[in-house]
Amino acid sequence: MSPRDTALAELRDVSFSYPATGERRARPFALSNLSLAIAPGEIVGVIGPNSSGKTTLIRLLTRVLEPAAGEIRLDGVPIGRLARTELARRVAVVPQGILPQFPFTVGELVLMGRYPHDPGRYFESPRDRAAAREAMEATGVLQLADMPLEHLSGGERQRAVIARAVAQEPRLLVLDEPTAHLDLRYQVEAAALLRRLNRERGMTILLVSHDLNLAAEVCDRLLLLNSGRAAAIGSAEAVLEETLLGSVFGCGVAVDRSETTRRPVVRLVWRAEAPAVRAGEREVPETT
Amino acid sequence: MSPSRRLALVLTVLSVVLVLAAAGALFLGSAHLSPGTVVAAVAGRAAPESIERVVTLSIRLPRIAAAVLAGGALAVAGVAFQALTRNPLAEPSVLGISAGAAFGVVIGQSFGLGLTVREAVGLTAFAFAGALIAAGAVYVIAAVGAGLSVQTLLLAGVIVGIFFSAAITVVISVLDFNRLGGVVHWLLGNLAPIPPGALGLFALLSALGFALVVTHARELNLMALGEEALLQLGVAADRLKLVIFVGAALLTASVVAFVGPIGFVGLIVPHILRILLGSDNRVLVPAALVGGGIFLLLADTLARSIVAPAELSVGVITSFCGAPFFIYLLRTRYRANL
Repeated sequence: MSPRDTALAELRDVSFSYPATGERRARPFALSNLSLAIAPGEIVGVIGPNSSGKTTLIRLLTRVLEPAAGEIRLDGVPIGRLARTELARRVAVVPQGILPQFPFTVGELVLMGRYPHDPGRYFESPRDRAAAREAMEATGVLQLADMPLEHLSGGERQRAVIARAVAQEPRLLVLDEPTAHLDLRYQVEAAALLRRLNRERGMTILLVSHDLNLAAEVCDRLLLLNSGRAAAIGSAEAVLEETLLGSVFGCGVAVDRSETTRRPVVRLVWRAEAPAVRAGEREVPETT
Repeated sequence: MSPSRRLALVLTVLSVVLVLAAAGALFLGSAHLSPGTVVAAVAGRAAPESIERVVTLSIRLPRIAAAVLAGGALAVAGVAFQALTRNPLAEPSVLGISAGAAFGVVIGQSFGLGLTVREAVGLTAFAFAGALIAAGAVYVIAAVGAGLSVQTLLLAGVIVGIFFSAAITVVISVLDFNRLGGVVHWLLGNLAPIPPGALGLFALLSALGFALVVTHARELNLMALGEEALLQLGVAADRLKLVIFVGAALLTASVVAFVGPIGFVGLIVPHILRILLGSDNRVLVPAALVGGGIFLLLADTLARSIVAPAELSVGVITSFCGAPFFIYLLRTRYRANL
C-alpha cells in the first residue's frame, strides 16, 4: 500500500488566503501548495514563525475554513463530504487557552466533548459519562471534576481542555500551542501526557507549537512552515538544522543534542550587541 | 444524581415556590377581600357579578398570569442573550433590544393597534421588527474592530437604548396623546390585566420562543467555548446563532408588546440561578422560565402593595433591584478579556 492509502489525514497541494480587509494589506497566500500526510499513530509537529500558517492549517483541517485550492482527506474521504459532527468525531482540537465566560466545572467542560457523538440528546448518556471519566483519568483531572475552571491553575486548566478533546474520542488530536504561557514544569508534564495518549490510547497527534524543543522531544516528524510554505519536513534531526532555522526565524540559533534523550535542542544565540533596527526596516526579514 | 433527575427536582421545587407565590398574590390587593371570599371565587362559588368574583378572576388572576409569563420569558431571553454574546451582563434591556421593541410597539399603537387578539398579533410583529432592528444596530456598532468585546457590546447596547428611547419620546410628542393613553405607564412595565385572548396569544408566543431556546440548550453550553470550538465540535454555528437570536428576540418582543419593556429581569434571575444551580444551560433555561415567573410575580405584588391603594409600575421595582445588581456583577464577576 502506498502512504496515500494508509494516511489518516492528508493535505494535497492545499492553498488558502484570507480576504483582504480594509487597512490590512492583502497578504500573499496564508498557505500555498502545502502537502502533508499523517499516518495513524504518528505524532507530527508543526513549527514556524508567527503568521507562518500554523493556525490556518488547523482551521482548514477542521473545516472552519475551506481551502482555495487542493484537497484535505480523512481516511481517504474528502472532509467536505463529512458531516460536521462526523468530522468532530474524528478530529478534536485543543485550542489556545480561552476560558469560558461562565463558571463551568471541569466535568461539564469535558462532557461538552461528547456532543458530536449524539447531538440529538438533551443530557449525555451513561456511555458519554464513562468516556468523560476516562478522559479525565487519562489527563489527571478526575479529582478536579466538580471544580469551576476559573479556580484551577494554568496547567490544570490546560489538562482539563485536553481532557475535553480526549473525551471526543477522536482519531486525530490537534493541539494549538499547548504550552503557551505555561511554566517549565508544565512543558515536561505536557510532553509526558502527549506520549501517553499516543501510546496508550493510540491517538494520532498533530502538535502545533512555538516551542521547538517540546516539538523535538515528542514528535516523530516535524513540518517547518515559513510564510505558508513547507520549508522542511522530516525527522527532528533533519528539520532542526542551524542554517535552515536561522534563515526561517531570522536569528542565530545553535542546535545541540539533549544529553538525556539524544533529541535535538535548539538554543537562541544572542549577538554580543543587539543591532539597531533602522526606521522603516522590518524586524523580521522576509525570507523567500 | 443523574442530570435528568436533578432537573426534575429543581423544577419541582421552583414550581412549588411559584404556586405558593401565586396563591399569596391572589389574596393580596387593594380590594381587601377576605381569604374565604377569594377561595370561594376561585372555586366558582361566588355570585356571577359579585365584586370578589370580578376582582379575583378578572383582575388578580390575569395579572398573576401576565407576571409569570413575562418574568419567565424575560429570564429565558436573558440566558439566551448571555450565551449568544458570551457576555454574562447581556440582557434584553441592557442590550437596547427592549427599547427597540418598545419603539416598534409605539409605532404599532400609533396605527391604533390594541390588545384584541388580531391587533395584538400586529403589535407583536411591530415589537419583533423593532427588536431585530435594535439588535442589528447593536451588532453593527459593536462588531467594529476584532470580535465582540464585552465593553463595546454593552456600550453599543446603551447607545441603541438611548436612541430608541428618544425616538419613542418623539413619536409620543408628535401624536395625539389620547390615542396613546397609558403609554407612559406602559413604558415602565405595566401588568394591568390583559384580555384573555391576548393572554393566550402571549402564552403561545412565549412558549414558541422558549421552545426555540430550550431545544438548543446543550449547544448553548458549547457556545461558551467560542465560535471556532463550536464548529470543531460539529455545531452549525451560524444556524444555531440565528435560532437562538430569533427565539430570544421573540420572547423580548412579546413581553414588550403585552406588558412593556420591563428591565433587568433577564440579568437578575439567571445570575441568582447560576449561583444556585451552576452554569449548565440545560438546567438553567427551564429553571429560568419558572424562576423568572416567581421573581416578577413577587416584584409585581410588591409594586401594587407598597404604596396601596396607588400602585407602582413593576419596572420600577425591577430597575431598583437591577441597577445595584448590575454594578455588583460588573465589579465582581466580569473578566475584560473574552
